[in-house]
Amino acid sequence: MSARKIVLHDMCLRDGMHPKRHQITLEQMQSIARGLDEAGVPLIEVTHGDGLGGASVNYGFPLHTDEEYLRAVIGTVKRAKISALLLPGIGTVEHLRLAKDLGVATIRVATHCTEADVSEQHISLARKLGLDTVGFLMMAHMLEPAKLVEQALLMESYGANCIYCTDSAGYMLPDDVKARISMLRERLQPGTEIGFHGHHNLAMGIANSLAAVECGAVRIDGSAAGLGAGAGNTPLEVFNAVCHRMGIDTGVDVMRLADVAEELVTPIMDEPIRIDRDSLVLGYAGVYSSFLLFAKRAAAKYGVGSADILIEMGRMKTVGGQEDMIEDVAINMARNKQ
Amino acid sequence: MAKRINAALIGSGNIGTDLMMKALRSAEINPVWMVGIDPASDGLAQARAHGLKTTTAGVDGLLPHLAADDIRIAFDATSAYVHHENARKMREVGVVMIDLTPAAIGPFCVPPVNLAEHAGRREMNVNMVTCGGQATIPMVAAVSRVQAVDYAEIVATVASRSAGPGTRKNIDEFTRTTAHGIESVGGARRGKAIIILNPAEPPLIMRDTVHCLTATTPNQQAITDSVKKMIAEVQRYVPGYTLKNGPVFDGNRVLIYLEVEGLGDYLPKYAGNLDIMTAAALRTAEMLAPEIAAGAYEQTTPQSGARS
Repeated sequence: MSARKIVLHDMCLRDGMHPKRHQITLEQMQSIARGLDEAGVPLIEVTHGDGLGGASVNYGFPLHTDEEYLRAVIGTVKRAKISALLLPGIGTVEHLRLAKDLGVATIRVATHCTEADVSEQHISLARKLGLDTVGFLMMAHMLEPAKLVEQALLMESYGANCIYCTDSAGYMLPDDVKARISMLRERLQPGTEIGFHGHHNLAMGIANSLAAVECGAVRIDGSAAGLGAGAGNTPLEVFNAVCHRMGIDTGVDVMRLADVAEELVTPIMDEPIRIDRDSLVLGYAGVYSSFLLFAKRAAAKYGVGSADILIEMGRMKTVGGQEDMIEDVAINMARNKQ
Repeated sequence: MAKRINAALIGSGNIGTDLMMKALRSAEINPVWMVGIDPASDGLAQARAHGLKTTTAGVDGLLPHLAADDIRIAFDATSAYVHHENARKMREVGVVMIDLTPAAIGPFCVPPVNLAEHAGRREMNVNMVTCGGQATIPMVAAVSRVQAVDYAEIVATVASRSAGPGTRKNIDEFTRTTAHGIESVGGARRGKAIIILNPAEPPLIMRDTVHCLTATTPNQQAITDSVKKMIAEVQRYVPGYTLKNGPVFDGNRVLIYLEVEGLGDYLPKYAGNLDIMTAAALRTAEMLAPEIAAGAYEQTTPQSGARS
């Protein structure tokens, strides 16, 4: 593992939009992006938490449009490249073209882990436009490794040059990650990169990311100060420090990134990013991390338990994007209590 | 009694076959042909078993028989891509097309909202929007009939098993076409559509959430009454169309939670998304049938050409 070189991909300006209810200001985005850039983070994601076109009643209206955020950040960074997320069913190829025109270098097309075939039109267009094109298989804990590989092969066949195993629920343990990443590495073309995106709901962000690197992943997502959905993403400054100790080359300055986390990201948090009871439930029950604040709000509105809502969402086998069901579940729970 | 109008079903997949099952019970529509391209298709086998004529040569295999079998109406359950060509060929020979693809060449029809408006217009191509549109536009309309809706957004969640390859290959067409329907038929100033595929087993019954933002404070009683009335209208052709929760009022926001269970004709009951399409398409054809029988659609080709 000692000679390994990996790419760190920061999430705090995209996944971090979830705990910020998509209300990060342009100035905050610019100052954080500048800090990440100066620390040497090579890739920074900027979008609504639910990707391009995520602005909605269902997921929340952001303070600014995707276009305004991307324009502001792309005009700020000197070395770092900017990525944007796109979930087919929410965002469309028009959004993808817009992102490309604004100067986005990487498009990450995200589907639920069993539904890769809805990404064909977006992945093939992104590739045709010459973008670094990533297939992002979400809630990957819900699918056994061999089946996950089948879905990854579809995305690869559409033109993705990198495939992610995405632990959206923060449910995976290191062995789960190893099984999936190893099989992806074995079955995808040698030129196709493998990535891992973790959530810290069971405090496995660092351990899982290391397991992924050990099995061949070369792109690792994390977030400065962990700012992300649920208990946050893998805290990037911590992971970076661990990599330095282990001799894994990230090209990112340990103290400079720690400064960004401490001085720029932590101060903008509405609540501390930590493993509270609800986040623990997300990880334990395998529930989509962005449901967290929706469950807390619905629980307060209907006088039911937020952890109970999340457990029910897990029992219903909901997938990413089904935020609308949270209030429905809360209403039913309140009715059944009477 | 008006005589039954002979119809052709183009597309032998899940939707075409389910539509055939429903049409076989119709008092106005007589399914005569089913058109496919795959000889191994179960839909074509079902069609033959029910006495329909079949071809595996696509629409071109049907064209020579249109006159002899007096086919006056065709349902297209292929894909938006294929529909453009099918629509052209059917228009040339004066066959009325009910389009179940998201191609949206012709005007949208959501039966409980605007079916009556299509009467007497002699349109050669009527589009059924999308499954999510059929499920949610009636609710948007129920709200916008009471007061102005600035913005309506729908979230349609369907079982993975009920989303066919056509939908998957062009999922953007779903979001785009549904959003247009929310505006032009539902009456919202701006529309947005989101679709989620859920692979859970056993498969979940289609769920739809409708969010409306009204321009002024919502009239809760009037909206609730209008929504319930509209639910009853849809239930006339989709009995499993159910209001699960709401309308919930939150400031100017109106939330409506729906479940759509199908009849289980050919498709399983969970596939309410497909059932509501086939039921709506048949209902549209049944409304047009008496006009077609009365000869209202003879020599309408130049008109329809001018419109498109």
